[in-house]
Amino acid sequence: MDELTKENIIKAGLCASVVITILILPVIVVWVGSNGIGVISWEFLTGRPYRFELGGIFPQIVGSIYLVSLCSLLGAPLGVASAIYLAEYAPNNVITQTVRFFTETLAGMPSIVIGLFGLEFLVYYLQLKTSLLAGAVSLSFMTLPWTIRASEEAIKMVPRGYRDASLALGATKWQTILKIVLPAASPGIITGILLGMGKAMGETAVVWLTSGSGLEAFVPRSLRSPTGSLTMYIYLLATQGHTSESMSRAFGASLVLLVMFMAVSVSALIVRNYYLRRLGPR
Amino acid sequence: MKRGDIASKILFLCASFSTLIVFLIIIFLLREGISALNWNFLMGMVWSPHKNLYGIFPTLLGTLVVVAGAIIIATAIGVPCAVFLAEFSPFWLRNMIKSTVEVLVGVPSVVIGFFGLIVIIPFIRNNLGGRGESILAGWIVLAIMSLPHIISLSEDAIRAVPTSYRQASLALGATKWQTVRRAVLPSASSGMRAAIVLGVGRAVGETMAVLMVVGNPETPWIPTGVLDRVRVLTSTIAIEFSYAEWGSPHQYALFAIGVVLFFIVVALNLVATFVIRRRNWNG
Amino acid sequence: MNGNEITPGQAMQDVFEEFRIDGAVNKVVFRDFNLWYGENHVLKDISVEIKSNIITSIMGPSGCGKSTFLRAIDRMNDIIPECRTSGQVFIDEDNVYAEDVDVYELRKRVGMVFQKPNPFPQSVYDNVAYGVRIHGMANGRELDEAVERSLRMAALWDEVSDRLDESALTLSGGQQQRLCIARALAVEPEILLMDEPCSALDPIATAKIETLMRSLQEKYTVVLVTHNLQQAARVSDMTAFMYIGEVVEFGRTKDLFENPEKELTENYITGKFG
Repeated sequence: MDELTKENIIKAGLCASVVITILILPVIVVWVGSNGIGVISWEFLTGRPYRFELGGIFPQIVGSIYLVSLCSLLGAPLGVASAIYLAEYAPNNVITQTVRFFTETLAGMPSIVIGLFGLEFLVYYLQLKTSLLAGAVSLSFMTLPWTIRASEEAIKMVPRGYRDASLALGATKWQTILKIVLPAASPGIITGILLGMGKAMGETAVVWLTSGSGLEAFVPRSLRSPTGSLTMYIYLLATQGHTSESMSRAFGASLVLLVMFMAVSVSALIVRNYYLRRLGPR
Repeated sequence: MKRGDIASKILFLCASFSTLIVFLIIIFLLREGISALNWNFLMGMVWSPHKNLYGIFPTLLGTLVVVAGAIIIATAIGVPCAVFLAEFSPFWLRNMIKSTVEVLVGVPSVVIGFFGLIVIIPFIRNNLGGRGESILAGWIVLAIMSLPHIISLSEDAIRAVPTSYRQASLALGATKWQTVRRAVLPSASSGMRAAIVLGVGRAVGETMAVLMVVGNPETPWIPTGVLDRVRVLTSTIAIEFSYAEWGSPHQYALFAIGVVLFFIVVALNLVATFVIRRRNWNG
Repeated sequence: MNGNEITPGQAMQDVFEEFRIDGAVNKVVFRDFNLWYGENHVLKDISVEIKSNIITSIMGPSGCGKSTFLRAIDRMNDIIPECRTSGQVFIDEDNVYAEDVDVYELRKRVGMVFQKPNPFPQSVYDNVAYGVRIHGMANGRELDEAVERSLRMAALWDEVSDRLDESALTLSGGQQQRLCIARALAVEPEILLMDEPCSALDPIATAKIETLMRSLQEKYTVVLVTHNLQQAARVSDMTAFMYIGEVVEFGRTKDLFENPEKELTENYITGKFG
């Protein structure tokens, strides 16, 4: 067999693996969509769950939105600040390497471990109870390292020339960061925050342990209220419901969750593609 | 100048926050879990909260088996995919696949688990027998969850190989594939090994999707075939924390599992960053 | 007119020229200046006097330290953590490396233009206004005027006056570089440092920038780093030749090119290395 045939065979193999990878997402989306679309109704979207598998999922939708928004409100500023330090100030020494290592470690921390920690530290030790606040803070522990990583990459992609030009005009480092570096990096940073929101939205284990059981019939009224989430709702109905009614509701909730998740993720990618195009000609 | 110093100190505190959280995690897990951590816990064969027996050996083994299979599948698909992405793909296609992969990282695991529950489990039950909830189902679901991590981390490793290597090889008359095979992949191999190790870490920590398909028998046993039901570390915590009485040995044992998970992940991270990737740690 | 013959008019011009250069006062003075990056001794015992309101060019093979020399004047090397210095650099009477120097004030006094045009990804107007705003020098009408004045000085106003709100990245490479010059001029510096400003530009854009430099010397002290011998010969009044961190020869451009004192300089000018 000559080299060219061999190369073509290998290319075909590579393509096959790519096809499998690309297909996973559409298969799941179509599967959920076709099974879930029939359940979607005004009552389902605006009603409250009752008797386990009946009613709607309004409190869960709102709960998920609250959790995710509060999570990024708490985590994003901290993540961006950390990224600025790591990209612009951090000296190359043991302390910085340690900080980097533990940031990576936190990124790899199993969500159930973060959930356990949230349960022990926030819910019991700080007495936040099983609540919106405990859930959102725990989620922000989970997304923080991802925000840091995305923001640091975005900051490092800002051409050095911008910084030099600003400094040479007599701007301080801090002015340069605020007025030049951050605006130039902002699309990348926003993409990172949005992808983090997507992750938080799809997270189950953390909210299970820290924010609520999932079947809450009420929209959370305060930071201390137990808060339901779509993911917990889906989990409960899929694993503990045994009727077709509960399965179809699990599909309906999955569809709503996927639509929300895709909206966040796709807007993240749109922001970034815009960014890449803008940097393109340089 | 002074203001810059203050800014840098405040930012340093922000950056240290992640480190602080990691330390708080281990302190608070140990606070609850340390009393349950002993040889009998790690090596014990029986997990039965009713009888006050907390041995996680079968669960550890179950985790190992499920993760190993899933990583093999994910590597078999993910590494070729990464090679294609980094070396053969036109720009628009690469952009598209990368985007898909990035979205896939965040797809709610509970939805993947649901997919496993409704599609994969009945398929296994009807075609291969058994209850369907099985190691095999765990492999498939966890492979789907691990795939995006493996792809993006190995693609980074491949793209980190300097272009000059490729040019040198092509200039000697090598074909594209020969270049990739003999010049690029060997240079990327340490990075790819690190990618796989990190992928193992993520897979060990995955909870929901696995939990929904592996069966979680009441008292786990040492698996004997791929259709056996198993327990994994994460699912044990998730399922039992709500009915473990606060302050009971059962609760301590669950936190001790958390400690075990913590150290597995830290160890894998250490291996990936300091042993395998040490030489480009600063890069 | 015969090329080799010197006419009375030209002789007159030469005398003027000589007087203009010799009569100029010192603006930037290096005294036994050394600079290290870590263990790397980049600038060695530099002592030169750069004169006011003329164009001085620094030439030499790449890696000879000419960019570092330039960046030593406005302390842009400070950004590099392992950078150390000894000796002094004076601007007028002020030692740039004295303890109490405000580097931001210093960099305002000294404008800098870089090798690759580096306008910010903002509008043309905001680019020029950036430094003015940073230093709180003007706002409102005054700012508009400052922007216009700077763009006119950089010979760019006619080309961009109707597109001040467009992104600076839509300009051509040559326009971008003149925008960077306008941006530097807007903070009213005394000295303009140019680090190979034309190396990324085409010949027409280069010619425009060179004409611009000539017009700028009336108001500013211009120091130009260049890799291009012809450019140094064309535009500068005085030239320094640097080699491995040392200033080998420094004098009037005409003298340096026509009969260099050092063999090394001659070898470089005649293209024996580079």
